Formats: sequence, structure tokens, C-alpha cells
Amino acid sequence: MKEFKFDTLVIGGGSAGMAAALEVSKRGFSVAVVERENSMGGILNQCIHNGFGLHHFKEELSGPSYAEKFIDMVDSSDIEVFIDMTIMDIDENDKLKAVYGLSKLTGMVKFCVKTVVFANGCRERNRGSIGTPGTRPSGVFTAGLAQRLVNMEGYIPGKECVVVGSGDIGLIMARRMTWVGAKVKAVIEIQPYPAGLTRNIVQCLNDFDIPLYLSHVVGDIHGKDRVESIDVIPLENGIEQKEKSFNIKCDSLLLAVGLVPDNELAQKIGISINPETNGPIVDRQLMTGKDGIFACGNVLHVHDLVDFVTEESSRCGRYVADYLDKKISPIQFRTAPGQNIKYLVPNFYSPSGDNKFYLRTLIVKNRAELILKVNGKEILRKKLRHIQPSEMISFSLPPGAVDCISECKENTLEASIV
Amino acid sequence: MKNKTFDIAIIGAGVVGASIARKLSSYNLKVALLEKECDVSFGVSKANSGIIHGGFHHGSEYLKSKLEVQGNRMFDQLEQELHFPFRRCGIIVAAFTLEEMKTIEQLYMNGTANKVVGIEMCNRSRMLALEPKLNTDVVGGLYAPAGGIIEPYRFVFSLVESALKNGVELFTEFKVVSAEKNDHAFKIFSESGAAIDSKWVVNSSGLFADEISQIFNAEKFNITPRKGEEFLLDRNSSARTDHVVFPVPDSVSKGILVIPTVEGTTMLGPTAIPQDSKEDVSTTSLNLGMVFSSARRMVPSISQRDIITSFTGLRPVLEGGDFYIDISEKQAHFIQVAGIQSPGLTAVPAIAEYVKDLLKKDGLVLTEKSSYNPSIDKLPRMRILPPEEADLLIQSDPAFAEIVCRCESVSEAEIVAAVRHGHTTLDGIKFYTRAQMGRCQGGFCTDRIIKIIQRETGLSYEEITKRGKDSWLLDDKIGDLKVNSYGGAE
Repeated sequence: MKEFKFDTLVIGGGSAGMAAALEVSKRGFSVAVVERENSMGGILNQCIHNGFGLHHFKEELSGPSYAEKFIDMVDSSDIEVFIDMTIMDIDENDKLKAVYGLSKLTGMVKFCVKTVVFANGCRERNRGSIGTPGTRPSGVFTAGLAQRLVNMEGYIPGKECVVVGSGDIGLIMARRMTWVGAKVKAVIEIQPYPAGLTRNIVQCLNDFDIPLYLSHVVGDIHGKDRVESIDVIPLENGIEQKEKSFNIKCDSLLLAVGLVPDNELAQKIGISINPETNGPIVDRQLMTGKDGIFACGNVLHVHDLVDFVTEESSRCGRYVADYLDKKISPIQFRTAPGQNIKYLVPNFYSPSGDNKFYLRTLIVKNRAELILKVNGKEILRKKLRHIQPSEMISFSLPPGAVDCISECKENTLEASIV
Repeated sequence: MKNKTFDIAIIGAGVVGASIARKLSSYNLKVALLEKECDVSFGVSKANSGIIHGGFHHGSEYLKSKLEVQGNRMFDQLEQELHFPFRRCGIIVAAFTLEEMKTIEQLYMNGTANKVVGIEMCNRSRMLALEPKLNTDVVGGLYAPAGGIIEPYRFVFSLVESALKNGVELFTEFKVVSAEKNDHAFKIFSESGAAIDSKWVVNSSGLFADEISQIFNAEKFNITPRKGEEFLLDRNSSARTDHVVFPVPDSVSKGILVIPTVEGTTMLGPTAIPQDSKEDVSTTSLNLGMVFSSARRMVPSISQRDIITSFTGLRPVLEGGDFYIDISEKQAHFIQVAGIQSPGLTAVPAIAEYVKDLLKKDGLVLTEKSSYNPSIDKLPRMRILPPEEADLLIQSDPAFAEIVCRCESVSEAEIVAAVRHGHTTLDGIKFYTRAQMGRCQGGFCTDRIIKIIQRETGLSYEEITKRGKDSWLLDDKIGDLKVNSYGGAE
């Protein structure tokens, strides 16, 4: 078995992994990136629509173009990239961690590394996750799989589709399927409001006369071998109105019903998971509960925009370098989601360091306020024009912003939205 | 179709038919195995709980009890020969009231009457020591250490592979629609017009045994499908138990079980709802609550958050509740093997012996085949291989290094093996390899599997299906569009 030694092993060569690896490498440490597919870029490669990069590059790019900019940077760095490789196991009991990777090119290899960065993204929720009843025919695809089949392989999975879920992936796929000649008969959304960006509702649905059914669910799937039709049930105050259900004939169902961080390896080695994000619990430096193991990007929590993944992962790379430089991390206290907050990442902050947070709210509201408190004392209040669960909110806390640290208290930073 | 007469035609390549076929393949006989679906194990045998039962649910007056206990004992040797996933994890039955303890006593008496080894009655602390995840309200229960779990479809695949290796001929997509009797043989016709000749017929057609019996002018009986819905939980579920946990049974069924599947997931179910249709395997939202509350009564840490998927199977239920395995009294050289519901999977090795004896009694001459080889090759599984062994294997075949299904760590070599063993649909490959069976349910690997099927079989994309018939997967290819009827801009 071949053995390699690196300061840092980054698992995943998508937007998160590349950004993190570049920052570690810039500081002079040896870095390897392991990518499961045959090229870097991750899920960006199948997102051929535009809308990426407005924050980071200040220009509108397609997914592959966004990825290419990072791939070029990685190619001209000292980073070693292992493509077509799957990580099989991690043994982190020693100071030097052993990570086993498997590829056709190399066989089984053993990486001996000081630090590991989980940057392996998320997976799609599927029919089982939402418990859609009915027969189990061919023709039920997750939207991402359908996107891959169309954009990467050139196949059209069906000609009469219904999309479930009005998040951006669902909307983009409704337009994409229309463009390749399919009839998209409906987009079904369980919530009373659309989950995706307004511009996507207009550009992907309205422009193509695709009806959007808000407050509706799929109540049944019909068809023995292939999907033949579905029953759609309206909700009133969250209760199914079965007598008002109607049938839509279709040959395929595209499920865009959410994403979930892919944390099997992390869980296998005993890293604690935050049940609200399904990502690891991390400290201010995005280090998990295991010393020297970090996480960033969609494996930590699902982001709305790749630009935010890049921001977070670049920071993660710098934290990894700090760790390798043996910079002493400042004293840290817990963070906690308060009123109307679904989650807050990271799970720790430092009063004497820079802190950057991402959070998701549970409510839809215009003119809301974000309030931060430590030991009951308000330390920051920020006006927010419009908030909704599908849009991440971020804020920073510079050193010295918290001046009410007490030795006899827990000093938990609580974030609320009112 | 081949111009020869088979000695025996077995109708139905589920676990019963496959087991009988393998048994008969050890004798100098010409055996045909007929299956209406495009692959074996695609009926009752693919969707059940996979339990190797403990021999205590039914009294000794039943044929099924006798065969259950005999069958249970035969699994260790079968596993050595056929390498299907099997574990004797033991079965416990948990009682929560003193009333239920009376039933436990009855089950214990059944077990001892059936001569089950090692069965014991347990008090509360014994139960909690055996299974710490049990609800602490448990009053006592039963422990049957010889009970276990298998992957039922993998068991069938192995049986069929062994049977084929020893000369059995398999005919898939052979739906029997009519039959004639000539001087000494049946002529059996398929829906597509094919026909084969055979001297004996074994009716092991599961849900359709009543219809097949009619086609052959044999006994009249009714098979009533009884639906069983199961829920599968993630590998990481903290509710995974060490043993199969049963509730105290009622008069209709054995109740909702908590099953630590042999491959590491946890399964809850099955429900037991009679229905008319033999085809309807739809799931419903109504049963979810019932299944989870029943399961949680026994193991409180079970959570709906861990659901990966749910599925439905149908039990072939015969009036009277026992197996019906006998020489037909109305049709010569016709053997009935009907009503094989729970504990059919456990009993199946003994059923094969029993049917072999019936055939002998009916005049079939059995001489042992000197070339019979009971063993098949063991296919390595990358998921469970230690890194050093994996490395050696890859040197012999680099395709083991290509992980196609990330959730279940299934390599390209395993998928190629499935295809080469005749499993060329997405479901066939799923049941053979576990690819698409994990938490993403094929979201990441379906496109890669499609490519492997195409490469290995030469099938075009339109010919690839989920499970044969009209379960097509891909409609068209960009650039091949002939008619663009919806005004798309392509």
C-alpha cells in the first residue's frame, strides 16, 4: 500500500475543498485534495445555468466557469490532487491521522496527515425523506440526478414532468426540462410561499407559464412500472384537504425537497453532529470535536450561494494554517440559537478574536431585527430588511465587541430575531 | 425454444422455487426454472423482513412449524456454501403486561414442543441485559438465540446461481398462461408464445399459486395477498438493536418488529393488511404513525428522522394458515407448494427436501450427480474489507478500486459481477450489490450504473429499466429529438 505524508488532507474537490486547500497551501503547508469524481468542481459542474459569483467575483458566472477559476488556481499551486478517489476510512487515534483512499490509479493508499478538512458537500433528500406514499415505479428522480442526466450525460428522463419543491434547484430544473422539450405540468410547494429566489420564479416559471401550487403536497403516486400520474392535495392551515385533491398525468416526478450534509465518515469516527444543521459541531476556527479535523462548506451546513461556501472555506483554510502554525487559539465560549433562529454556525465564539457567523431564521418577515446578547446584556442590534428561512443571514463580531465576559458565567452568545 | 423435455419445470423463481431448483440440481435431472419477471426474486421474496425464525410462533401440529425448525438448522451450512449475508443475532419477544406474559409462556411451550434448542423465558432484568435499548417498562419475554436475519434477495440470487452452475435452466419473462398434457409430459406456454415440455411441474408461484393451479386443472384454492409495509432506517440510527425484537403476537400476525438488518441498517415492520390486488405494493401515509408508535413502544429511541425509505411486500396467505405442500390429487405429476408465507423463508431449505421426497414418492427417479458442486464463488465486498486486503484485491482487478455507490461503498467490480450474473436492471443490481440502497437512494450513482450496464450489455439507453416491462428510465437523448411538441427552445 502506498503511503503519503501531508500537513493537510482535504476531502472533496468542490468549491469548499478548493478554497480551503488554496489558503493552507498559500501559507507554505503541504496539501492534498481527494476528489471522488474524475475532475474537480463538485456539483458546480452540472449547474450550467448562471447566477454564480456575484459576491465573490463581482460578475455573473455559470457553475462550471466559477469552478474553473478555482481549478486554475489549484493547478498553478503546489496542491496535490487525487481524482477518482473515495475515502474509505479514517483512523484518528494517533497524533498523525491515517486516512485511507481508494482509486483505480493508485489502489488503496494511506495518507498520514496532521489535519483533515471535511469539504465533501451534501446530498439530496429523497422520496423516503419526505415519505411520499404510492406505488414505487420508475420515473421518480431527485432534481440533482435529473440535472446530471440532462446536463452531463445528455439524457431526457421524461417528457411530462412535475417538480416537487420550489427551491432554486426545483425552479432551475423546471426551466431546464422545458428547454429540452419536456412539458413541466406543475411545481408543487408545501409552504405557502415560494422557497426560491424571486428572480427564479419569474425567469424559470412565469416566463414559461408553469403553474406553481403553493400549500400543496403530493398525496399519491400512480403507475405500476413507470409513473403515470400523481394526486395533488391542497393544504389549508397545514391540514390536507383530501376532498379537493386533483390528479396530474405525468411520466416523471422531480424531487427538489432539500439538501442534507453528507456526514457518514465524520459520524463513523465519533464527531458530534448538530441535529439542526446535520453538520458537525464546530468551534470558532471551524474545527470539529476531534482535534485537527475541520469542516467547511455544505458538509457543515447547507449554504444558499456558492460565494458563501467560498468565503467560509477560505477562512477554514486559514484556521487550519493557524493550527499548523501552532497559533494558540483564543479562549472560546458557546453560541446558542435564540428566538426564531433555526441554527447558528459556528457553535463557539471568542471575545478576543474575529468571529463570523451564518444563521438561518425560522420566520418570514419584513423589517426584522437581529439581536445578540451575552449574559443577558445586548451587545449588538442589526436591522434586516427582509428575512425568510431559505435565505442565510450572516454577521461578524470583531475583537472587543463583547465586553461583558464574566468569570462566573457561561458567557453564551445568544442570537435572536424579532 | 429448445426441443427437449425437462424432467421438472418449477414455476416461480422466488426463494421457494430457487431452493427446490438447487436441491434438484444435485440429481441427474433436467430442471427448468420459470419466472414471469425479468429477474429472479422480484416477487414476494424481495420485500419481506428477512427473518430466520426461532421456531416458537406456531404449535407442533402445523407442517410449517416442523419445516421452520428443520430449515433454521440448515442455514449455517448454506451460508458456507452460498455466502449470502446471514447472522444468528437471536430473537427476543418483549412483553409489557402480565397478560402478555401468558402468551410468552405459550410461545415457550410451542418452542419446546417443536424441539427448539436454547429457547428461554426471561424476566425483566434478563431482557434488559440482553437488549439494553428496550423500553424499561418491559415485564419479561422470550429469548430464542437460534433466530437470525438474512438478506432474502441475496439468498435467492445465490440459490439460483448455484442451481444454474449445476445445470438448471432459467427462463425469465416466462409468464405461464396455459398448459396442455400430452402422453407423458406437460406443454407449458408463456404469454409471449414460447413453450417448454416437462414431465413434472412444481407450483411455487407465490401469490399466483391459485391461478397456476387452475391453469393446470389442479386443486381450487384462494391466495389472499396480505400487505406488509416496512420502513428502513439509516445505518447511523442509534436505535439499532442487537437482536430482532418482536412484540407479543396477536391472532393475525407476528406484529411490528425492530430488525437490525444483516447489512447494518434497521428495519421496522411489517404491517398486516389483507387486500384484493396481487400487484398493488403501494405505500400509504396512514401506516407510518402506527408502525413507529408500535416500534417505539419496544425501543423508545427509534426516530422518524432516520427513515431512508419504505416499501411494501405481499404475503401469499392461504386459508387455514398452514403451508400447502403436496402431490396434487387432481393432476398427475403436479406438486403444490402454496401458501408459503412467514416462516417460509426460514423453512425453505426444509421445503426443498420435502418436495424432493414428494417427487420421489410420485415416481421420479433420483440419482445423485457426481459432478454436483454445492459451492459458489464468494464475491468480495469492498465495504467490509480491511484496507490491506482491499489493496491485494485491487491488484488482481482494479475495478474494485472504483467506488460507484458512495453510501454503501459498492465498487464497479461488484456491479459488473451483478450484470454478468444476469442482473441487468437497476433493481436487480440494487438487490445484488446494495448500490442505490443507502441513504441517497441512488441520487449519486444511478447515472454511473446506467453507463456500466450499457458498457457490459450493449443495451441502448432506452432499453435500460428499473425492473423490466414498462419501467423505462430515460425517454430521449438531447440532439436525438425528433418532435419537439411542447415548443421547447432546443
